[in-house]
Amino acid sequence: MHGIFGVQTPMIEKQVTSLAEAVVGIRSGATVLVGGFGNAGSPIELLEALLETDVRELTIVANNAGSGNRGLASLLREGRVRKIICSYPRSNGSIWFERRYLAKEVELEVVPQGTLSERIRAAGAGIGGFFTTTGVGTDLATGKETQMIEGREYLLEMPLFGDVALIKAQRADRWGNLVYHAAGRNFGPTMAAAAGLTVAQVSEIVPLGSIDPETVVTPGILVDRVIKITVAKT
Amino acid sequence: MSRRPDDSIERLLRTVPGRRTPRQLAARLAADIPDGWFVNIGIGKPTVITDVVDPKREIVFHSENGIIGVGRFAEDSTQDDDLINAGKEPVTIVSGAAFVHHSDSFALIRGGHLDLAVMGAFQVAENGDFANWNIPGTKIPAIGGAMDLAIGAKRVWIMMDLFDPDGASKLCERCSYPLTARGVVTQVYTDLAIFEVSATGFIVNELVEGLSLEELQRHVPVKIRLEDCP
Repeated sequence: MHGIFGVQTPMIEKQVTSLAEAVVGIRSGATVLVGGFGNAGSPIELLEALLETDVRELTIVANNAGSGNRGLASLLREGRVRKIICSYPRSNGSIWFERRYLAKEVELEVVPQGTLSERIRAAGAGIGGFFTTTGVGTDLATGKETQMIEGREYLLEMPLFGDVALIKAQRADRWGNLVYHAAGRNFGPTMAAAAGLTVAQVSEIVPLGSIDPETVVTPGILVDRVIKITVAKT
Repeated sequence: MSRRPDDSIERLLRTVPGRRTPRQLAARLAADIPDGWFVNIGIGKPTVITDVVDPKREIVFHSENGIIGVGRFAEDSTQDDDLINAGKEPVTIVSGAAFVHHSDSFALIRGGHLDLAVMGAFQVAENGDFANWNIPGTKIPAIGGAMDLAIGAKRVWIMMDLFDPDGASKLCERCSYPLTARGVVTQVYTDLAIFEVSATGFIVNELVEGLSLEELQRHVPVKIRLEDCP
């Protein structure tokens, strides 16, 4: 496609240039899938960009409940979170979660980590639920449908969709293809598929064609926006 | 909530010369892992295992956050924010390591591909039940990957202090805390002794130096014995 000055403008352009653009359209009450395991792969700048908007009453789906003062912890501090669905909220320095939870200002749903991940995967993969032996015979089985399969008891778990996924990767191109760094990958690929809007913050945006297709971890079909974060704030 | 530690247990812990430090216990546990095993290392005490194991051995350590081939803890100069273990401690990786995303990491956990999972615990019962995620009323509940690992790994070994900070035995007849899984624990490595969970209860496989079975039994409210009874 040619623009009015004859300059070719890309037909698929997922790169946005400001954090405000990256989070535009996220509404109060949204369910937000947040990538990361501790600080590894945590989209800190995207989460903090939400503080610059007026969204509140968020349901956050993440492995942890934030620590220190950055990222997810800052949303808790500012009272933007209504509920957290996570596997492990009890981390060192989870002061804001602890404060809000003990004051009953935030609701908590603990989900076994693999079940959390698989529920999100099911949502992104068009699977209407799945049976797992995780949690059988524990308090978490209460109220869940069970099924005997080849002599073992399983629990039915349901898909977990997000309105939005906020994730972090190492490198992207303008089609939204993503490559991650080390264990920062964690929930990113799974969450990217399970939300209506997927936004990835990256350290580097490279020209289309320069990521070897054999190494693409999350294909751009699953990503709506990418934003390059130049310097990590301290 | 917390009560005064039992004086006699305090004395016991102070006076048994062979009581193992967490690093000594980790090394002792690692000695029982055969080369070639894929072993998940859980949050808490077990994370030190990857740091004490002889680097010439070929045990492949898995971390739930998507690392297959965890190495020693990272020195300051080699720290990478995206390279941490289940306990969020900076680690290195070994030659031959691989990264996977979370869904794959837990597929290989639930799918029975791990030879062993080593976890901490609040309580272990003589029927192999254990509890390690919630002490109602005192802590924020936190499961992490424990329930998936407990049902998925081929074996579950527990690494913990034998007594909790209040002096209560973590070995028990039946768990009073909410369970992580039923009937899965086969070995328990503690600072004072190593136990096997048999069909007939706890068998003591090893006592540390300076501790007798009779002395230990006085402090543990469940029957422990040296050999399986017929």
